Amino acid sequence: MKYQVQENCLTIFLPHELDHHNAEEIRKESDHLIERNHIRYIIFDFEQTAFCDSSGIGVIMGRYKRIYMLGGEVCAVHTNERMKKMLTMSGVTKIMHIYEEDE
Amino acid sequence: MENTNEMQLIFDSRSSNESFARVTVAAFMTALNPTVEEVSDVKTAVSEAVTNAIIHGYESEVHNIYIRCRTEERTLYVEVEDKGRGIEDVEAAMEPLFTTKPELDRSGMGFSFMEAFMDGLSVVSEPGKGTTVKMKKIVGKGRKLWTAQPL
Repeated sequence: MKYQVQENCLTIFLPHELDHHNAEEIRKESDHLIERNHIRYIIFDFEQTAFCDSSGIGVIMGRYKRIYMLGGEVCAVHTNERMKKMLTMSGVTKIMHIYEEDE
Repeated sequence: MENTNEMQLIFDSRSSNESFARVTVAAFMTALNPTVEEVSDVKTAVSEAVTNAIIHGYESEVHNIYIRCRTEERTLYVEVEDKGRGIEDVEAAMEPLFTTKPELDRSGMGFSFMEAFMDGLSVVSEPGKGTTVKMKKIVGKGRKLWTAQPL
C-alpha cells in the first residue's frame, strides 16, 4: 500500500487484492493520515487492483463519510470495467466521481 | 457419475486465509475452462461468503470454516459453512446495504454481490448453530461447447 499526500489531498494506491484482510490496514493508515495532514480530498487509485469485494466498497464508503463531514470529496481513478460495475451496483458512484484516463 | 469432481477445504477463520480460500476455489474450477470474468465472479462470491463467516459467523474468533466444491458437467457448486452464531433473519440480512456492523465499515453488499455474480444462491442458517451459503455457477453460458484434443 502506498500513500501520497499533496497539501490537503491524499492519494491511496490500492493494493492488488482489495479484500477484508487489507481493507482493515487501509482503514487504519488512511484515517491516521487524514487526521494528521488535514486531508479534504481523497483519490482512490485502482491501477494495481485486480480483485475487489464488498470490504473494499466499505472502505470507500467509510472514508467518504469522514471526508464529507469535513467538507471534502472523494474520487476514483484507473478503474477497470469490473470495478466500475461493482461501484455502480453498490451506489458508490452517486457519491464519488470516477475519472476516466483522458480527463 | 462421469464428469464430476469434488473437493473440501477446512481452514481457520483468519482474514489472511480469505485470499487462500478464493484462489483455491478458482484453481479447482479451472477444469471447467472458465473465462477470466467467470473466475473473478466466483472469487468475489467466495471472498464475500468467507468474510461473512469470519466477521459475523465467528465474530473474529478463530474456528473452522468449511468449503465444499463440486463440479457437475459445466456447473460449479460451492458451499461455505461456519458453525458460528447464525443469522436470525436471513431475508433481512440479504437486503442490499443491510449490515449489523456499520462501525467496521461494512458496506452491506456481500450477499448482493454473491447474488449478482453467481447463478444461484441459498442461505441456510440457524441462530447459535451456524450458517451455510450454497452457491452455483454455470460456466460457459452462451458459449459454444468445444472440446480440445488432449496433447
